Amino acid sequence: MKVAIIKYNAGNIYSVDCALKRIGVDAVITDDKEIIAGADKVIFPGVGEAKSTMEYLKHHKMDQLIKDLKQPVLGICIGMQLMCASSEEGNVECLGIFDAPVKAFLPDGKHKIPHMGWNDLHVRKENIITKEHEGKFVYYVHSFYVPVNEFTIAQTDYIQPFSAALNKDNFYATQFHAEKSGSTGESILKNFIDLK
Amino acid sequence: MLAKRIIPCLDIKDGKTVKGVNFVNFRDAGDPVELGRQYSLQGADELVYLDITASHEGRKTFTDLVRKVAAEVNIPFTVGGGINALQDVDRLLNAGADKVSLNSSALRNPGLINEIAANFGAQVCVVAIDANFEDNDWRCYLNGGRIPTERYLFEWAKEAQERGAGEILFTSMTHDGVKTGYANEALNELNKLLSIPVIASGGAGTKEHFRDAFLKGNADAALAASVFHFGEIPISELKEYLAKENIPVRL
Repeated sequence: MKVAIIKYNAGNIYSVDCALKRIGVDAVITDDKEIIAGADKVIFPGVGEAKSTMEYLKHHKMDQLIKDLKQPVLGICIGMQLMCASSEEGNVECLGIFDAPVKAFLPDGKHKIPHMGWNDLHVRKENIITKEHEGKFVYYVHSFYVPVNEFTIAQTDYIQPFSAALNKDNFYATQFHAEKSGSTGESILKNFIDLK
Repeated sequence: MLAKRIIPCLDIKDGKTVKGVNFVNFRDAGDPVELGRQYSLQGADELVYLDITASHEGRKTFTDLVRKVAAEVNIPFTVGGGINALQDVDRLLNAGADKVSLNSSALRNPGLINEIAANFGAQVCVVAIDANFEDNDWRCYLNGGRIPTERYLFEWAKEAQERGAGEILFTSMTHDGVKTGYANEALNELNKLLSIPVIASGGAGTKEHFRDAFLKGNADAALAASVFHFGEIPISELKEYLAKENIPVRL
């Protein structure tokens, strides 16, 4: 099994590698297009800002590469947001894999922004997230969110319900940091790695 | 529902865990990587590792430790101590830390908060404030509570938020180490003033103290050290207690 973690100008990539090692998977962190295209599984992780990361992907011609991947791909946090149509963070057009917008959480005087910490998952459609994850807590750090849409496979409530995870064809994505979400996160990562 | 977080804090000197009582008199409390792993298994929501070694050598040891923690621990962790420049942040985040905590360096050079937020995002930047209640206000201190400043808790926390801090970690020096509860009134004020999460620190001695930090202080998270290190309050027991008190926690 060859697992590639896409290396680009976003943080937190090493953490994903560590989490995979804990579930017994040796991944390669790379920006080599051939290695990424030839991997069995691709993870597109990161912590960062939408506009600058999107510009980086375009400049390095990685945008088309990601869109063209046929193997299972998992976007995490900013990775998930970049897979959507557009983001209000820097008002930037994104990869458009999921035809859904990325919106800013608006202050309501009651909730802190960023949404930071552990919040519970509600499963809408089982695949990498299953019934056993219903009501389990996962770790979030974000100020932008994807509204619930036709691709939403799990949701979480903060200010309003938003997409905790998305799936379309071979593309999967989680807004939460599966790599930092304790045993629940490790189990979701394992389900992704085990996809046929 | 967003859970209130329980955060054990590990003070690290020369690669080992120590805990101060009122910032002096250290006692040894174990291997930091193993302790962190145990805490995560018990249900800790995050960890904080503070490097209290000032030397260059110590800093390298600490970076190696951060790398080991990232490999072993499956929950988020913050690191602090000796972060004076953007390159320190880069080094620690690359070693696998999720957030960095600034204290004296932010008071000395507030622009560092802006730089970190711009380069790595606000969520990475925790501003830690050590403040002591004196002459009817909360005076901020430098260098682990040794040097008084002319800055005060509320105005400084507000400025830190405006500059791009993602969280405020407020340690009451008045309450730290004496185990009579957190500075709940000040926490509540801080919570009303800020739109970013507030972590309570200093004063935990009983389970009720944690409850009060959440109910009276409205804190988003509560941090403690010695009550966890010496097994006085097992984290799993604490969280079950909080759940019974109708405080949202991750069980």
